[in-house]
Parts: sequence; structure tokens; C-alpha cells
Amino acid sequence: MVTPLIEAKGLTRVYEMRRGLFGKAIPVRAVDDLSIKVLPGETLGVVGESGSGKSTLGRMLLGIDPAQAGAVTFEGHPMPAFGTAEWRALRARMQLVYQDPLAALDRRLTIATQIREPLDIHNLLTKSQRDGRVQALMAAVGLRPDQADRYPHELSGGQRQRAVIARALASHPSLIVCDEPVSALDVSIQAQVVNMLRDLQDEFQIGMVFISHDLKVVRNVADRVAVMYLGRIVEEALSDVIFASPRHPYTQALVSSVPVPGQPLKGRMILQGEPPNPADRPSGCAFHPRCPLATDICRTSVPALRTIGVGRSAACHLVEGATAPIAA
Amino acid sequence: MTTADIAHAHAAGRRRTGLIPRLRRNLPLSIGLGILWLSVMLLVAIFADALRPYGITAMDLTNRLSAPGDPKHWLGTDELGRDVFARLIQSIRVSLVIAFSATIISAIFGTALGFAAAKFRGIVEHIVLVLADFQAALPFLIMSLAVLAFFGSSMVLIVCLMGFYGWERYARIARGLAISASAQGYASAVVQLGASPLRVYFRHILPNVASTLIVSMTLTFPEIILMESGLSFLGLGVQPPETSLGNMVGFGREYLTRAPWIMLTPALVIMLTTLSISLVGDWLRDKLDPTIR
Amino acid sequence: MVRFVISRLLRALVTIVAVVTFAFVVLRMSGDPAQVMLGPDVPQEAVDAFRTSWGLDQPLWIQYLAYIKSIFTGDFGVSMRDKESALQLVLERVPATLQLTIPALLLKLFIGIPAGVYAALHRQSAVDRSVILLAILGFTIPSFVMGLLLVLIFSVTLGVLPSGGQDTWVHGLLPTITMSIGGIGILARFSRSAMIEVMGQPYIRTASAKGVTWSNVVWNHALPNAAVPIITIVGFMVGSLIAGAVIVESIFSWPGIGRLLVVSVSNRDLAVVQCILLMIAATMVLSNLMVDLLYGWLDPRLRRQTVH
Repeated sequence: MVTPLIEAKGLTRVYEMRRGLFGKAIPVRAVDDLSIKVLPGETLGVVGESGSGKSTLGRMLLGIDPAQAGAVTFEGHPMPAFGTAEWRALRARMQLVYQDPLAALDRRLTIATQIREPLDIHNLLTKSQRDGRVQALMAAVGLRPDQADRYPHELSGGQRQRAVIARALASHPSLIVCDEPVSALDVSIQAQVVNMLRDLQDEFQIGMVFISHDLKVVRNVADRVAVMYLGRIVEEALSDVIFASPRHPYTQALVSSVPVPGQPLKGRMILQGEPPNPADRPSGCAFHPRCPLATDICRTSVPALRTIGVGRSAACHLVEGATAPIAA
Repeated sequence: MTTADIAHAHAAGRRRTGLIPRLRRNLPLSIGLGILWLSVMLLVAIFADALRPYGITAMDLTNRLSAPGDPKHWLGTDELGRDVFARLIQSIRVSLVIAFSATIISAIFGTALGFAAAKFRGIVEHIVLVLADFQAALPFLIMSLAVLAFFGSSMVLIVCLMGFYGWERYARIARGLAISASAQGYASAVVQLGASPLRVYFRHILPNVASTLIVSMTLTFPEIILMESGLSFLGLGVQPPETSLGNMVGFGREYLTRAPWIMLTPALVIMLTTLSISLVGDWLRDKLDPTIR
Repeated sequence: MVRFVISRLLRALVTIVAVVTFAFVVLRMSGDPAQVMLGPDVPQEAVDAFRTSWGLDQPLWIQYLAYIKSIFTGDFGVSMRDKESALQLVLERVPATLQLTIPALLLKLFIGIPAGVYAALHRQSAVDRSVILLAILGFTIPSFVMGLLLVLIFSVTLGVLPSGGQDTWVHGLLPTITMSIGGIGILARFSRSAMIEVMGQPYIRTASAKGVTWSNVVWNHALPNAAVPIITIVGFMVGSLIAGAVIVESIFSWPGIGRLLVVSVSNRDLAVVQCILLMIAATMVLSNLMVDLLYGWLDPRLRRQTVH
């Protein structure tokens, strides 16, 4: 068994939310007793609606948000505390790609300066080699050499995101977490950027956590997919498996809404009820108010995440354990 | 505040291109005159030694209280026969040097505290807020008077004292902008790259908030000139034989009836200078910073 | 609301303690009180006796506590010059200062705010432009220059008004005018921009579009909303009722707090300076507190922002 690149066990993150002036602080479980791992060079897709805790999970994996319970280990070592020198040094090995590239770039520095910054911070390569590395990175992400001296606002959204990705790759990280990396981009650009990411990930053998609400995009990049609902994983399986035969009713609803090229959309399940609100978590299975199949047990007891096949698991009372053959 | 700051940050970024040519294109007359006056003042302050026709303490006892227009003393002389023009030039230098140093000190001090509050939050932030409350509770003139009463007046003390003027403004701005920058956006991105706090604050956040801080400096500068001249007018600021604009007005006041020019020329210089800075500063603020009116 | 009031009271209290601490620190740093009080040529035994009797041989923090206790029991020490109670000396001067500052405050309010509001309602008109110009002039001319110019014009040249003293109400005219001009400028400019900001809000356009009469829009919709920022400035002016007259009182030889302060500073009469300092700070903190509470009452949004 390979040592996982990054592994999280029992991660829990609780926010305090206050309603109004006199409201009591309500604990909001953004991530709730969640375990996950990513192997070297593997891409894990994390899918969920807004409020499902997927971005918080990404930040916790990087050690940016502290965990109230549970732990993250990176290459077998525990994650150092946020802001410490060890944590900072570890940034050379793990990087984050943001949803909004304009906000993630310093508007007063040129693109080249910013791509170079991880090298300067971690003192990698000699000073003269860094310029060469920046040129290579820009070429790798598809930026023209003449764009090196541009400022972020002089580039298009897609170009900015390419610059952010180049910056993330500068220090040869072994893990990058992409938090909705293309959702701020035009649909026509999305595919280009996603394909580029996949190629780079493949070329440099980087482990990747790809967080998105968009199943089409995730299907394109991920080797394995975890579906999140209100801070928990409700189903996890290889990408091909989960899209071919989703088992959890929530996953089924999500998958049924993704069109497959050349086929009419059929058997679509439309989700009923309110979108999930982490501050007001339903009892039992958090999904039961919207679940078309919900029974009494769903309202009272929380389903555990159980193995239901080779490399796949689901958290649903109605899914039979380990019986269904895995359809590829 | 925070969302406005971010909006402003973006807007200012877009506006940066071609600033100088645009400034030159639409320059109102009053602003032009203001800039001209300020440049003259600056030159006078720099070349005071060369411009001064007499020493500031040189007495011409045969020409005491002579009126302006005298071929030897353009702006007249005071009660000791000292040349008003020479003293005016020196006063401009002293007042500008004090105001300039104090503005810089105040900006550095306030920004550092604001950043510290944003970085450490918690107890540090509370202390900074209490200090700001304290500053708001004591009118600055009163605080300066108290300090001068206890320590006596000296040039260094005056500069340091004036260096506390308006620090809370910078602190508030720097804190707000730093918090909004590190909550989302480039600062947190750089932290995530592994940058040390010093690098985050000085290489990234400071250049991004600099324009807003500079605009605040144009507000503080004339106020410090007024504060220093007020103190000197009361006889508690710059001490003779050194001279400053306020100090000249203060002493000229004794001869208000017989020799009003001793007091009027420095008074005029104070007015024109503060007016110019206010006009130019207002105009600059409108150009650079649409969020502050 | 209770929480809000308590947090504000707490902040005011902390500020007062900070000011007291400031006075204590400055007092101790400025030299040995024994030396200051007794003078340089006193034998060592007398110095030691003085130190023991005033508790100066105690650790600093005990001295600090004793100091705070004496302050809160109203004991501010004795003026070195007049050998009178410092508090007594200061309180005697309060009415004279208020005689100037209250009329000046009224002038600021009744000229500054209407001028600003009128200018805002008639933007880009000649009146608006002159209000802006006069407002800028009003606060860029330092009060000591303004005061002396008025003296030069009305007392020296025209000879119609007295240049100093406190004998009749006529003597108060020039100082009051001098003091109010800067404030009028500030208030006019501030109310103008506050009003312009409010008039641009959607609810004002909605009200006019609904057919509410123009005067109704201005009085019932725009003014109450513009009042919130204006109150801050007015609160500050109320807070400086005691402190704001230092320079003007000196120019016009008006026997108020400000003049007492300047004289005491020149004489290094520490007890009096300290007493004035604390009194001014207390006034300022109180009026800031009132403004904050008034704010909370006028604008519930602020209440939430400040607490969270």
C-alpha cells in the first residue's frame, strides 16, 4: 500500500454563527467528522452544493483553517500549525488555486514577479535560474512571453487563472488544491483551463484535490470523486464508477442532471425542498427532507459512511452494503 | 467599510494607468496656483540659507519697526530691527520641516500600529483601539500643552509630539485595509505561498494601501502646521531665538497697532500654505480615491 | 441594546483610566516631584521627609493606585502658585469659558448646518460655490490669525469693538465670532456632503417619485438620515466646549479655562494642568458616549456593527 500523499482523519470544523444582536451563538458544523485521503499523483474531485463545506475542507487539508477535531497528515507527517515556520516551509510542497484569480493576485506587481514569488520566498534555485523557471512556467500554462510584464488587470480572466496556476506550480509542489478554479471563468475558457490543469498534473505527477460544484468539470479531471452534503461525505468512488452507477440518492440526483453528449437527458431527478443550510441541520440523515426515498429511519438516525464495494462507500440507510457488483 | 475598500482597491488599480498625463490634462486654475505656491514654499525651505538676506537675529537698531517697502528691508523690520523677510524665510523652513517630519512619523507610527492590530487581532487590537479612543478623548492641543508643561519645550519634543498627531487615522485605515486584504484576496494568497508576515505586510499590503495613506497625509500636513503654529503662537512651541510662522505671529501680536506687518506676513503665509494643501489634497483625493469625500 | 450600552460605558471607563494613566506617567517621568515641589536647594532630610509623607518611597504601582484613588475622590492637589485647591481654581474658570463656547456653538449650528443643507439642495449654484469657498477658508485660517485680523479691523482700525477683557457682553463678541468661524466652515462642508450623499439614495428618489412633496422629502426623509454623520461632528464640538477656547481666550485675554491652562503650562503648575487635562478628557468622553448612544438610537445598523 502506498503512503497517501495527504490524509485526513475525523476532521471537524465548527463555526460560531450569531443571528442578530441578541441571538445566541449557533454552532455550525462546516465539516463534520470527515476522513479522506489522496494518493500521490491522484486527482480527487470534491463535489457539493454551496454550503456543503467543500471549500472549508480544502483549506483544512492545507492547514489554513484549524481543525477542532481530527488531524491531517501530509506524507505521513502531521500538519504543522498555521503560520509557523514549518507550516510556511511546507507551502513549497502544497499549493492552492483560487476561485477568483483577480483577487488572488497583487494588482501592483507584474505577472512574472508574482509567478516568481514562491521561488523567492522559499529560496529555490539560484537567482538567475529563477527567470528561466518563470519563462518555462509561463510557457507551460500557455501564457505568452510578452505577458510577463503585464499587471493582473491587463489580462483576461483565463490568463489570470493561468498565471495563478503557474505561481502554484513554481515550487514543484506535490499537492495542489483547486477551489472552484474555473467557476469564475467563461464557459468557453473553462474547458481549456481544466484540460491544461489535467495535463500539467499528469506531467508533473501532482496530487490534486479539485473542488467544484460542477459535475461536468469534475468528471473531466478527477480519478476519484467524493460527494459532500452538509459537511459530510455521502458517497465516494472512482470517477467512472460514480458517474455510471451512483448509489446515494443525492449523488443520483446530481448525476442525473448532467447531460451526456449525444444523448437526451433522461430520468432526471429534481431535488425538492430547501438547499442545505449548515446552521439548521436536519435530524437523522441530513439529506432526508429532500430525499424522495426517505423512510422513518432516515429521520432519526444518522447513516454512517460504509464500504459498499471495492473502493467505494456511501452513507445511506437504503444502500445495501457490499453487494452490488461494481459496474465499470 | 471592508467592501468599499476592496471596491476602491480595484478601482484605484484600474485608474493607475496614465495617471500623470491625465492629471496634466485637467488641472483647474486654483489647483495650479496651489501647486505653484507649495513649490515656492518647498524651494524656500530648501534654499533658506541662500535666500536669507540677513541672519535671523541680526539687528538693525537704526531701522526698528520700519514699514515694508524699505529698500533694505522689503517686508520691514520688527521691534529689534530684525529683518522680517529673513525671519519669514527661516520660519517657513522651520514650520515645514516640523510639519513634514511629524507627518512622516505619524504615518509610520499609525500604519505600524494599524498593521499590528490587523495581524495579531485580540489583545493587540484592543490596545490600539483604546489608544485611539484616548487620542480622541484628549484634544491634541490640550495634550501637547500638558506634555510641554511637564517636559518643557524643545525642538525634538515638538517634532515627536506633532508626530502623534492624527496617527489614529492611519491606524484605522491601515487596519481596515489590511484586514480586508488578508481576509480574502492577494494577501491571503501570498500567506498561502509561505511568505513571512513581514513580506506579506511590507511587500504586498503596504504598496496596495499606500495611495490611501498618502491622501491622509495631505489631510494631516496642514493640520500639523496649524497645530504647531498655534502652540508657537501661545509661546509654548518653537522657542526664540529660533523662529517659526506661529511664533512670528505670536510675537508680532504685541505690535499689532504699530507694526501689523510683522504679524500679517507670516499669517498670510500660513493661510496660503494650508489653503493650498487643502485644495490640492482635496483634488488629489477626488482623483485617487473615490471612496473618501 | 443593553449590551451595546454596557460595552460603550466600559469603553468610556477604559478611556478615562487611560487618560489618568497618561497624566500619572507624564507626571512621574517629568522629574522627581520632591525636587519640583521643594526646589533645588533643599536639604536631603527635607526631601526624604517629603517623599515619605507623599508616599513617594512606595513601589510605583502603589503610588499609581493611590493616585487613582485621590483622583476619583476629587483631590487634584494644590496649585503651586496660588496654594489653592487646583479643582477650585479650575471650576471658577468654567463659567467664563462657557460664556464664549456656548454662544459660539449655537452660531456654528444655526449658520453652519442650514448653509450646508441649502448648498446641497442647490448644487452647483452660486450659493453652493460660495459656501464651499467660505467653508474652506473658514477652516484653513487658523483661529489666532482670524482673531488678530478681527481685532485689527474692528478694534484697531474701526475702533468699534473692544479687543480684550470680559467686562460686558460686547467684549464677548469678537472672541465668539472668532471661535465660531472655523466650526461654521466645518459644519457647512460636512452637512453639505452628508446631505448630498443622502439625496442620492434610492429611497429619496422613491419618495419623490411617489409624489411626496419636495419639502416633505427634505424634512422627513433626507434630513433625519443626514443627521447621523452630522451628529458626530456636533458631538465633538460639544465635547470641546471646555477645551476649544485655548487660543481664542489667550488672544482676547478672556479669563477662562484655556487661559488658565496656558498660564499654568508656562508656570509649570502641574496640579492645575493635570486637573484641567482630566476634566477636559472627562467632558470629551462623556459627549462621545452620548453621541454613541444617540447613534445607536438613531441608526440600529451601527449597533450591530459595533458589537459583533
